[in-house]
Amino acid sequence: MSERVVGTERVKRGMAEMQKGGVIMDVVNAEQAKIAEAAGAVAVMALERVPSDIRKAGGVARMADPTIIEAVMNAVSIPVMAKARIGHISEARILEAMGVDYIDESEVLTPADEEFHLLKSDYVVPFVCGCRDLGEALRRIGEGASMLRTKGEPGTGNIVEAVRHMRKVNSQIRTLQTKSDDELMTFARDIGAPYTLVKEVKELGKLPVVNFAAGGVATPADAALMMSLGADGVFVGSGIFKSESPEKFARSIVRATTNYEDYTLLAELSKDLGEAMTGIEISNLAESERMQDRGW
Amino acid sequence: MVTMTKTIGVLNLQGAVREHIRALEKIGVKAVSVKKEEDFDMIDGLIIPGGESTAIGRLIREHHLEDRLRQFHQAGHAIFGTCAGLILCSTDDSHQTQDLRLGFINMEVERNGFGRQVASFETKLDFKGIERPVEAVFIRAPFIEKVGPGVSVLAEVEGRIVAAEQNNVLVTAHHPELTDDFAVLEYFMKKVS
Repeated sequence: MSERVVGTERVKRGMAEMQKGGVIMDVVNAEQAKIAEAAGAVAVMALERVPSDIRKAGGVARMADPTIIEAVMNAVSIPVMAKARIGHISEARILEAMGVDYIDESEVLTPADEEFHLLKSDYVVPFVCGCRDLGEALRRIGEGASMLRTKGEPGTGNIVEAVRHMRKVNSQIRTLQTKSDDELMTFARDIGAPYTLVKEVKELGKLPVVNFAAGGVATPADAALMMSLGADGVFVGSGIFKSESPEKFARSIVRATTNYEDYTLLAELSKDLGEAMTGIEISNLAESERMQDRGW
Repeated sequence: MVTMTKTIGVLNLQGAVREHIRALEKIGVKAVSVKKEEDFDMIDGLIIPGGESTAIGRLIREHHLEDRLRQFHQAGHAIFGTCAGLILCSTDDSHQTQDLRLGFINMEVERNGFGRQVASFETKLDFKGIERPVEAVFIRAPFIEKVGPGVSVLAEVEGRIVAAEQNNVLVTAHHPELTDDFAVLEYFMKKVS
């Protein structure tokens, strides 16, 4: 047998492929992590606060206390993700050194760098990043992201922005399919994406990494909607543990994600769930409160 | 070629389903997604893909597919489990767990045996029955602690068992479907009758 090689593109992107069709849940302690795992989550995101509480708390949101992340890592056998601030090299390296399975370079936290994202290809640990359109998606992949998600509008319980971002990316991929090869450089310039990745997406007919839905998923029907729009899986942030009965919500969202086209079952899964998290109308958010505008 | 007429199902509950279907189609095998009991009626062999074994196991139960899977195995059909699929196919009597173990192959499994994601790796693997080393991608992979009677070991990484077979059941801790090396998949197809 030859040597083991770690941190390759196949190993990093492959990890995200294994999460497909699954639900990744935000948790703030070991107890919530166990509930998520028992409900069938494919991974958990260890945080100090869920996005809706970050909104309420205001101020600067940073990487979680490593104590919380370690407690979650010790509590479950499924993968554990954690968030680093956009462009915060040291937070990312700390999380990598702790052995977290995936880092989310996330607009939910206050950006550390308003100009540059992390050079994610430099790390052994894989990264997931948010995107609102194809250009942003390909810029992140160009920097080395192994997985994407819609940005949506985190912590609002309002699916409208995630829908907008998923539709936008997929519609731009369809437009790209209709372009002739001599139009690709101009297309790449117009969307601000690396030319080689534009060519690759045209050939593949899809993104070269998985793309999950995130930012506003609050109900089983929301999860099913995002899957039917072409998401590879779903992140649920505040939606589970800010609902009235987290265990039930978690289980129902997992089943809805797998069976997103079985509408009779979705009706069953939506029954007697109790209150979902309280939603926020996006137009009521001040511009400074829009997390999706962080990063570029 | 005999394999041309065979249909292989890929259990489509969670995980790397698309990759297995792509690989099967590349070697000229008809591939279908299996999600319901009746889907088993049209397949000659089954692949249980990688993903999260806890999530897939839970969904097998919720979809009431456990009995159908056992019948399919008892009927002597070929089954191939990769990574999470390996864990689900094992007996794994030594670990106390509420999670599903189908017990199709007599062996004990160490989940995430090679460590967390940062330790995930790829390598060239010597594989019994295949002439040249195969490309192998290991992702938070389990290894097989020990095998029971009737189980043949097919591959090892530094003394840890990563592939085995018992009658018509083949399991690998790595993901052949993430590469363009189809040797292990072709090895599995020989079991399909």
